[in-house]
Amino acid sequence: MRLYAAVAAGGFRRYATYRTATAAGVFTNTVFGFIGAYTYIALWEQRPDLGGYDLSQALTYVWLGQALLMTCAMMGGGFEDELMERIRTGDVAIDLYRPVDLQLWWMASDLGRAGFHLLGRGIVPMALGALAFDLALPTRPTVWLAFLFSVFLGVVVSFAVRYLVALSAFWLLDGAGVGQIAFLAGLFFSGMLLPLTLFPGALGEIARALPWSSLLQVPADVFLERHTGWGLLGAFAFQAGWAAALLALGRLLQTVATRRVVVQGG
Amino acid sequence: MDGDSEGFIELDGIEKVFDVRRRAGLLRRERHQVRAVDGLSFRVARGEMVGYIGPNGAGKSTTIKMLTGILTPSAGRLRVAGIDPQRERTRLARRIGVVFGQRTTLWWDLPLIDSYRLVHRMYRIPDKRYQENLDRCVELLELGELLDVPVRQLSLGQRMRGDIAAALLHDPEVLYLDEPTIGLDVISKARVREFLRDLNAERRTTVLLTTHDLTDIEQLCQRVMVIDHGRLVYDGALTGLHEVGESERTLVVDLERELPPVELAGARVVKVEGPRQWLAFPASASAAPLVARIAAEYPLVDLSVREPDIESVIARMLSRRQIPEPAGPTPL
Amino acid sequence: MADDVRTAGDAASVEEERWRSPLWEGLRAYGLIVAMWMRSTMTYRASFAMTAFGNFAVTAFDFIAILMMFSHVDRLGGYSLPEVAFLYGAAGASFGLADLAMGSTDRLGRRIRDGTLDTLLVRPAPVLVQVAADRFALRRLGRITQGLLVLGYALATVDIAWTPVKVAMIPMMILSGAVIFSAVFVAGAAFQFWAQDAAEVQNSFTYGGTTLLQYPPTVFAKDLVRGVTFVVPLAFVNWLPALYVMDRDDPLGLPDWVAFLPPLVAAGFCAVAGLAWRAGLRGYRSTGS
Repeated sequence: MRLYAAVAAGGFRRYATYRTATAAGVFTNTVFGFIGAYTYIALWEQRPDLGGYDLSQALTYVWLGQALLMTCAMMGGGFEDELMERIRTGDVAIDLYRPVDLQLWWMASDLGRAGFHLLGRGIVPMALGALAFDLALPTRPTVWLAFLFSVFLGVVVSFAVRYLVALSAFWLLDGAGVGQIAFLAGLFFSGMLLPLTLFPGALGEIARALPWSSLLQVPADVFLERHTGWGLLGAFAFQAGWAAALLALGRLLQTVATRRVVVQGG
Repeated sequence: MDGDSEGFIELDGIEKVFDVRRRAGLLRRERHQVRAVDGLSFRVARGEMVGYIGPNGAGKSTTIKMLTGILTPSAGRLRVAGIDPQRERTRLARRIGVVFGQRTTLWWDLPLIDSYRLVHRMYRIPDKRYQENLDRCVELLELGELLDVPVRQLSLGQRMRGDIAAALLHDPEVLYLDEPTIGLDVISKARVREFLRDLNAERRTTVLLTTHDLTDIEQLCQRVMVIDHGRLVYDGALTGLHEVGESERTLVVDLERELPPVELAGARVVKVEGPRQWLAFPASASAAPLVARIAAEYPLVDLSVREPDIESVIARMLSRRQIPEPAGPTPL
Repeated sequence: MADDVRTAGDAASVEEERWRSPLWEGLRAYGLIVAMWMRSTMTYRASFAMTAFGNFAVTAFDFIAILMMFSHVDRLGGYSLPEVAFLYGAAGASFGLADLAMGSTDRLGRRIRDGTLDTLLVRPAPVLVQVAADRFALRRLGRITQGLLVLGYALATVDIAWTPVKVAMIPMMILSGAVIFSAVFVAGAAFQFWAQDAAEVQNSFTYGGTTLLQYPPTVFAKDLVRGVTFVVPLAFVNWLPALYVMDRDDPLGLPDWVAFLPPLVAAGFCAVAGLAWRAGLRGYRSTGS
């Protein structure tokens, strides 16, 4: 356990060293936040209760999206390229024989990264958004705690998906395709484009049931207090369920892949 | 030097000062000035082949970057083939060749020949000239079978040979080589050195090379310049450098059996390990008479000569000389 | 100069190189490098097809979001779907062209950090040209295609009283817009000479800019519109000319003739970006970082 804490701390520090990049990223998040906010104002002026949100909730949703974009790695990125490269070069064989768990190792590192992105890329855009617009910020500390927990589960789901993407490199020579599809799905189904409650009919129902909704839609709804009481537990269960299922799948693939590496002689 | 006052490469009082900002505390930043090159003056005549050496961070690569027009000097006058590199970078580029030891300029995913075709067109090399130069490089660097191989599949030595050819197709008058033999196997090293020697002899190409390998210098350069803390601390023949540094070569002899230390005038035993003994002798002396005497007096099985490495030669030279206080970082 | 190696022919070519226009030389070098990258790309065909599709799809998402918005409302900022599609298509096509031509400049910071910018400085071609052509990505055709498709849909459905001038406005708008975005890319790259990790700032103005321009100017706060009109002249990419074509009033109340300014604005902005680039490169060459 202590080992994985150290790995997580390493993941945090690794991103913390790039200060200029972080400042530049915050600038970008803020720019996109403003653009999104104005389009939502135009939209909600026409339909004040669209998707079940009022205007200030809709604006909050925009800024939450910017704050969590990097944290939940909605557009992919973080560790996949590195792991894929290790798989391609065969270095992963060394990792598999080490007395640490491959999946937990990378997850700890990714959680560290997410922690930094939440602090470094999340807080400032959110604060600037709150200064410029009238946002619906929770007043009760418990809601904030529930939100953080939901974000944590979102990061785990995001990690589990990206881990599957990375493992595909065991079978596919060129992982660019799978990465591409995961990137597109993450962008589309996380709710980054528009809240999933605005997606029409069956598409909306499917989108809300897919794992990617754990990345933004669910944490945002927790933040906006649309999940309370048993509903909140339901939201957590939804996220945790996907996290468990995807992590288990990753574990299964990892086992098969390990056997493959062993058969091939490493 | 041949007393050539009309130098082909001319540096007069060249300085290069970098502003370095360092984080001191959470927000405070301190500014330091680092003199990477501090009043450098030298001349290189056309057709010379010069070794440019010094410890890491001495200002070697900064000098090369100024000579190639990458960096502009903070002060001083600089001319290469009569051109001011700072003001006429692209015109200079057509007349110089540069090989960066560690990073290739070849196209990773394309066959080697494609990189040469690009050079052909980008430098507007007349067709006949290009073909002649290519044929020559292919022959001497043994690239014939590699031309259709994607660069990513070449070995380090093959790639280096490929890079050297790419830098020479446009008939550069000056060739800058940064560690041209680093990481190469013995055969590739020999091939590269032989090629450079021929090039210099036949085309009178001026060559300036930085290296950590003393053998490169020994086999290629009549003249060596040593730079330290941005200043020229030695300029002359390699043999002179050896004397200045009092460096020693090592003769490793394998005898038939364990014997007491070999006694030989002009050499001293520095280490004995079973039947193997290490004898140090002045680098400026010839090894041949020593070898002959050992062979005559002792049951010799095998022997080899180890060259002093360049760092130890320089280090010894620098420690011997009373050099002024190094121009380290000075706070503003 | 006593020179036994160079021949008379070489001397002539040296003379020749003096009078060649730098612009032509730059374009020629750009073409040469781009051709190399295209051939490199084609060694991984499957990867190329996949990324080109991804490039198309990810830009299409933006339009799908707009379509979903219009499934809930009839007008956005007072504009109908075909009108928004017109703005979207024009911005997308302009940005796509600029991205194809100059998009690689966002890698400048990385090149400075790993030291490979130096290898470009010893070649006889302008550094900007080499940086722009670096890793030329044909997959970006996906973005242009998507923009043009939406523009085609808009032109077919939008209600415009066409005149010859308005017809001529369309290509003028796309091309000038592409040049303006190219200048943004160059200015952003110049900024990376000072802040090597700040490629994202460039993204704010390029990707952020095109996202902004996809929506009607009436959606945004006046100050923001003023900023992208007078400070970073993005409004000239599509807003001002397109408003003229659609007979709509500009929210800032600018006169009609500003719709004809994009070529001039593009030229002026290019000059500014070029100066910034030169200053940046000069700074790099004097500091080495």
